[in-house]
Amino acid sequence: MSRRIKVGPFNRVEGDLEVQLEVQDGVVRSAWVNSTLFRGFEWLLAGRPATDALVYAPRICGICSVSQSVAAAAALSQAAGVTPPPSGQSAINLMLACENAADHLTHFYLFFMPDFTVEAYEDRSWHEAVARQFTPMTGEALPHVLQARAQWLHILGLLGGHWPHTLAIQPGGTTRVLQRSEITRLQVMIGQFERFLQQRLTGGMPLETVLAMQTLEELRDGLPDGDLKRFLWLCDDLDLWHVGRTPGRLFSYGNYPQPEGKRVFPSGVWMSGQRRQLNTQAITEDIHHARYRGTSGAPWQARVEPDAYKAEAYSFCKAPRLEGEVFECGALARQVMAGEPLMDELVQTYGSSVATRVLGRLWELMRLPALMQDWVDRLDPNEDWNSPWETRLSGHGLGLVEAARGGLLHWVEVEKGVIRHYEIIAPTTWNFSPRDGAGQPGPLEQALVGLEVDEDVVRAPMVQHVVRSFDPCMVCTVH
Amino acid sequence: MNIVWLQSGGCSGCTMSLLCAEQPDLLTLSNMQGWRWRYFPSLSPQLPDGLPGLLAEVEREDWPLDVLCLEGAVVTGPDETGAFHVAAGMEESMRDVVLRFVARARYVVAVGSCAAFGGITAASPNPSGAIGLQYRHQMSGGVLAADFRSRSGLPVINIAGCPVHPDWVTETLLLLQQGALREDDLDPLNRPRFYADKLVHHGCSRNEYYEYKASAEHLGELGCMMEHLGCMGTLAHADCNQRSWNGHGCCTEAGYPCVDCTAPTFGARRHAYQETPKLGGIPVGLPTDMPKAWFIAPSSLAKAATPERLKKNATAKRPKVPPEVKEIKL
Repeated sequence: MSRRIKVGPFNRVEGDLEVQLEVQDGVVRSAWVNSTLFRGFEWLLAGRPATDALVYAPRICGICSVSQSVAAAAALSQAAGVTPPPSGQSAINLMLACENAADHLTHFYLFFMPDFTVEAYEDRSWHEAVARQFTPMTGEALPHVLQARAQWLHILGLLGGHWPHTLAIQPGGTTRVLQRSEITRLQVMIGQFERFLQQRLTGGMPLETVLAMQTLEELRDGLPDGDLKRFLWLCDDLDLWHVGRTPGRLFSYGNYPQPEGKRVFPSGVWMSGQRRQLNTQAITEDIHHARYRGTSGAPWQARVEPDAYKAEAYSFCKAPRLEGEVFECGALARQVMAGEPLMDELVQTYGSSVATRVLGRLWELMRLPALMQDWVDRLDPNEDWNSPWETRLSGHGLGLVEAARGGLLHWVEVEKGVIRHYEIIAPTTWNFSPRDGAGQPGPLEQALVGLEVDEDVVRAPMVQHVVRSFDPCMVCTVH
Repeated sequence: MNIVWLQSGGCSGCTMSLLCAEQPDLLTLSNMQGWRWRYFPSLSPQLPDGLPGLLAEVEREDWPLDVLCLEGAVVTGPDETGAFHVAAGMEESMRDVVLRFVARARYVVAVGSCAAFGGITAASPNPSGAIGLQYRHQMSGGVLAADFRSRSGLPVINIAGCPVHPDWVTETLLLLQQGALREDDLDPLNRPRFYADKLVHHGCSRNEYYEYKASAEHLGELGCMMEHLGCMGTLAHADCNQRSWNGHGCCTEAGYPCVDCTAPTFGARRHAYQETPKLGGIPVGLPTDMPKAWFIAPSSLAKAATPERLKKNATAKRPKVPPEVKEIKL
């Protein structure tokens, strides 16, 4: 006999999420992911001055607020035909990387690892060590992580005034020019964070030594005792490499434009064991099972209204698709596109699973400080950081950026400086999408199928691991 | 002190900001003060029996609910049903769930401008029907009536801001714990006076430019941003320039105008945020407490007397003229 069980709200997930599971003989047969909140930012942006997008957009999400600002600014800079000067672009890259790294750190230490401290794992060899470090509210690691996170975000205080919700990011660059002494201060802040990661995460091993490892075998054998090693232990013990697998079709818009135009992490698509070029024209949104009525399709065609009572719908999240297929995004996708050998091995062997998604995130976290030092070196206190642009513009623009959780798209149409139409596709909208018109379930809905759960499904830790391994952000999803 | 923190129509940015608390961090502080977070979405363990279980404990009064914090606006749409936010794992609207917690709480705290006034979430055309706990933008009376008082006798405490400064939250909680926050410690919009009786203008590093009406014309320039760039710092109630954000900054320090995010009108304003609306060349929003005629006279005088250094630096992106080193006779 099968039964349907509702799980939610999920703690340590941003925003409200509910999952329905159909369970038969102790195995999840089907899943429905429900974003229970509607917010409607696209409606409140229409009719406002174009520059207001920069005030409103970050408020879509308090976790990836900078990413929202960067996407809005990028959409407007395309519409206005303006490019930030090299120092302005480097400053934007620094702010975006700072936020992405803070999100990865928060996710691993505060959201993901605490799930392994539960009673269900008491008999595991790693439980005592993990519980001491990560138990919610009382774990020994947690205050240290909060302190390191707060200090890390001083980078945003310096470059952007505060975090979240900075207005310093503009279509033409950034409004805050640092003097040489402040640039040296930035170098120190990044170095301090690097030391923190080295002490806690990699057990004292320099990040570059870890990042030089090319196989999982090397990583398992070479890492000293630290939180990364502990994570690998429990992945092996619980075989999280094979848990929560999706069809493994990944995409990334690429991130961190360089002055010469290329992105440091390239854009691309990964499917059937191969990397391909991304065709952004093939992005559509499907609303068959989403609580909206109207025309959907490409972001520039979409015209919908919310309908909380639509019969065949079960979520306020739409279903974005690429070439009509289910795709997912996130740090793993980015690092696969970046050609990291270890990431390649992971997706070739396991695809996208709980363990590979989280390791992808940690890998990126470890890579970011060195990249940031490069951008700091490019900051020139004597150059302009912000180019003027015509705010009374008419035109349209597409802003593509990678937030911590994956690809974020903003589309804007402006007429004489007034926003006519705004569309947003957030990362978790992809990952937690409901079924589409063809009946294809979204990535999380597929990842939950096949999961073995005991009687107490609501408290089943595996369900929590799978959900949280995507680092979901529901408030963005239902912008 | 038992605290429950709920979220509805918002962005989680106030939680994210609160997690930036320093000296000490939030967990150390909670430990020192004996704050028991019965539910705090970003940090607490999974609720064993979900939100219904927590609500049952509160309604049975298994433990006293000392502080209820709400982050995000209350979502009432469509057509006052609240169906735009059904509480996860329940059949009830989050609005009704929030109200059930409110009924048992000693203190009710609205964290951020959305929970206090509706904020950006309630911006026109307000598609989700968002309102504040005890305010609908500047109008008294939100989902709770204007005369609502929690068990302590206090109205909803509005820690307005978008986002809130972490210290505003921690200091409010410390004051509540010590019973040291009374009704007259709240301003007319029920914001704690310790930060709301200050203006963003106080301590602004651009004050010298303001005094001489030496104005920036574009974002990123050093001059005062009130005349052309929409800065609301002389009207905005907050201590942003006396208490730094994220170790270093604040909006005006980072080169962009104050958007008055602690005001009940934040999100409801009709003009562009980065432009100063003017009438006959005079900014419409004059500094608070300042008669118009009085403002015009000294500002024309100040403009005429602007030192060369300020005039040149106001429209520059980095100082062109340093302050003169004056010889002081001993």
